[in-house]
Amino acid sequence: MTIHSDPYAESRETTEGRVYSVTGGDWDSLATEIGATKEERVVVNMGPQHPSTHGVLRIILELEGETVTEVRCGIGYLHTGIEKNTEYRSWTQGVTFVTRMDYLAPIFNETAYCLAVEKLLGITDDVPERASVIRVLMMELNRISSHMVALGTGALELGALSPMIFAFRDRELVLDLFEQICGLRMNMAYIRPGGVAQDIPAGAIGKIRETVDQLRINFKDNEKLLVGNTIWMKRTQNIGYLDLAGCTTLGITGPVLRSTGLPWDLRKTQPYCGYENYDFDVITTDSADVYGRFLIRMQELEQSLRIVEQACDKLEKLEGQPVMVADKKIAWPSQLSVGADGMGNSLAHIREIMGESMESLIHHFKLVTEGFRVPAGQVYVAVESPRGETGVHLVSDGGTRPYRVHFREPSFNNLQSTSAMCEGSMIADVIGAIASIDPVMGGVDR
Amino acid sequence: MSEDKGSFGVHGTGDTSGYSGLVRAQVTPGSSERPFGGYFDEVADDLERAFPAFSEAIEKIVVDRGELTLFVKRSHLVETALALRNTETLRFEMCMGVNGVHYPEDAGRELHAVYALLSLTHNRRIRIEVAVPDSDPHLPSLVEVWGGINWHERESYDMFGIIFDGHPGLTRILMPDDWQGHPQRKDYPLGGIPIEYKGATIPAPSERRSYQ
Amino acid sequence: MGLEEKLPSGIVLTSVEKLAGYMRKSSLWPATFGLACCAIEMMAAGAGRYDLARFGMEVFRASPRQADLMIVAGRVSNKMAPVLRQIYDQMAAPKWVIAMGACASSGGMFNNYAIVQGVDHIVPVDIYLPGCPPRPEMLMDAILKLHENIGDAKLGVNRERIIRETEAAALAAKPTLEIKGLLA
Ligand code: SF4
Repeated sequence: MTIHSDPYAESRETTEGRVYSVTGGDWDSLATEIGATKEERVVVNMGPQHPSTHGVLRIILELEGETVTEVRCGIGYLHTGIEKNTEYRSWTQGVTFVTRMDYLAPIFNETAYCLAVEKLLGITDDVPERASVIRVLMMELNRISSHMVALGTGALELGALSPMIFAFRDRELVLDLFEQICGLRMNMAYIRPGGVAQDIPAGAIGKIRETVDQLRINFKDNEKLLVGNTIWMKRTQNIGYLDLAGCTTLGITGPVLRSTGLPWDLRKTQPYCGYENYDFDVITTDSADVYGRFLIRMQELEQSLRIVEQACDKLEKLEGQPVMVADKKIAWPSQLSVGADGMGNSLAHIREIMGESMESLIHHFKLVTEGFRVPAGQVYVAVESPRGETGVHLVSDGGTRPYRVHFREPSFNNLQSTSAMCEGSMIADVIGAIASIDPVMGGVDR
Repeated sequence: MSEDKGSFGVHGTGDTSGYSGLVRAQVTPGSSERPFGGYFDEVADDLERAFPAFSEAIEKIVVDRGELTLFVKRSHLVETALALRNTETLRFEMCMGVNGVHYPEDAGRELHAVYALLSLTHNRRIRIEVAVPDSDPHLPSLVEVWGGINWHERESYDMFGIIFDGHPGLTRILMPDDWQGHPQRKDYPLGGIPIEYKGATIPAPSERRSYQ
Repeated sequence: MGLEEKLPSGIVLTSVEKLAGYMRKSSLWPATFGLACCAIEMMAAGAGRYDLARFGMEVFRASPRQADLMIVAGRVSNKMAPVLRQIYDQMAAPKWVIAMGACASSGGMFNNYAIVQGVDHIVPVDIYLPGCPPRPEMLMDAILKLHENIGDAKLGVNRERIIRETEAAALAAKPTLEIKGLLA
């Protein structure tokens, strides 16, 4: 046979029989040759660069015909060394790094990290209420924008293009709010140890309220498209099944856990940032499949909007209050704000440090170059991110830089369930199952 | 835990601050005394009742910043974990993962593995910490107890070189398979390259002069 | 490449250059190479509001064999580097590369053991796009600049001459460190 010299499909003999390595290209010749042998076992490598693997995820599938007999994930293609890099920066600078881990949920990474630093410093109760409310507001807006990507790309990967167009349209509305509040669309580094970087600008509340109303209307589009859609249901119902026992064994949290019917949501069970003062429901379904997770995400959008509205009410009442701890050893000498060009320090800040107060200048210099010291010890803080429990394990040795920062990323952990969800199913369903976990590779690999 | 010398981390002539004489010793919180407060006493009591080798297995109990840490000897790790998971009054059915920390100064106990546990039933969190020497970085694997710890153990192996005996497939997970060394240990350099500007270079972040 | 490379220098070649350039630039097909945060902005650029379709570019090809533009959107780790190079090699010439974002251009804020300090270590880059992440508008601007570039691309002998000239210029250029800039 001449096929052996096929540049795209080398073959070699191994102890397990003949193995073909196909790199793409001439599948016809390979199919003919494989058809001639009795072996049916095919190992297919998907990714790390594949349109439907949610980024640079690599999936290694062992197939028998169309049925998947074994799935393994290959990860690490986006390993960035963020945890190590943070050890060479001050505690405040760490925010800028951690926000880039799970890049669809930057505010959650920041909040978890800052809550951990505050716990280490022992100032959890000193964080002003207005700062906590702003954090909640930002987190819920972020949850919406993250779920939008999850829904949009999830649908896209199953072949539905329109939901993605609608989802990104709605996401842009939320990103506009982010931009107005902190100057950036993504990776904002807005939450800082002790509070937030700057107060929300004048007029933002009104804009948020408008956007909330608009989003309520817009969400209907995707609902109409997908909920109850026969094709969508066929592709998602009873797919990617994982029950409660499986979830606890594998440490799964977030929508996947809630799709088994357990209302476990850290915002309710272990509240932080004052979540106990908001009125919202924890959404569950009991189908434990892809469709259930999809429904949960759809309905969580509405719950997030409710929280955003309540946060707006609170902010109106707390107008004018500080958004940073009073401790001058941690907070900068005066508040920053976004200039007309969307960046830079406020004039008040510059006037204060450059013109009025020598102490402020010294403080500012020390805080920016050296940073503050954090007493030695370790903490673990968890928040409920759109994907589940984002936990931060933070170790301090008493210095001005973290000794060890570790993120327990829900995407990393939840991705382990791919094998449990997919083995024995059809190959086409693997995509749906993975999309329902909604892994973000930046979070998985860090 | 460690010592800070001077205002800058650089030794020798790098320090221009004039404070090189300053030596600050850093200590981690030591063992705690009862009562621990909160549900921690209950957890400790229940574990003691359910687990006969308690006094042998637990090196110390630290309560710090509202969190309970059990320092467990590695020889008793699996039994402790099983007791924590199975005892009805404890029921830590979820392990949120394991994470390595490298303390090069802590002679004989350089590598720590830190497990975060969560009980859905009782809504509680505790932490287990195991210390192993760098020369013999072996720990029993807990994959049989909490399946979800599989990848976390692989990550700790990849980043710190902690070897989990009995793990079903302890291979690198984040770094390429042929990578040398374990990058997140303290003795592994951050890496990076000097940055060139017009007329100047700045050394890689780990070699810059900076406060510590 | 093809027949056009064999044409003698002169009026025919310049007209062919113009025609080929026009065709190439108007149907640039990007390969999806989303890696990290920047990829999300790249997706946003393809979606409704920014609508890359206006420039005939909405077809993000999943197969490198059908694409002629690689937008490296995000940080490239050492583990990803060989994959990236392989995908670049699989693309059919002529092909172009945009390094989107600080990470792809220079390693960005991640100057460490894991990240390749700029994709230009692995593949030739035509456009460096700064930002972390660059806004979709910036990506579009980069793409339009690249379109201009492609439209003016030379062929055949002209191309060879330009290649020789740029290489000579690059060899003669001072390293960054020796350029004094404002310090002079
Ligand atoms: S340049 Fe910034 S936004 Fe882009 S991949 Fe790098 S960190 Fe993410």
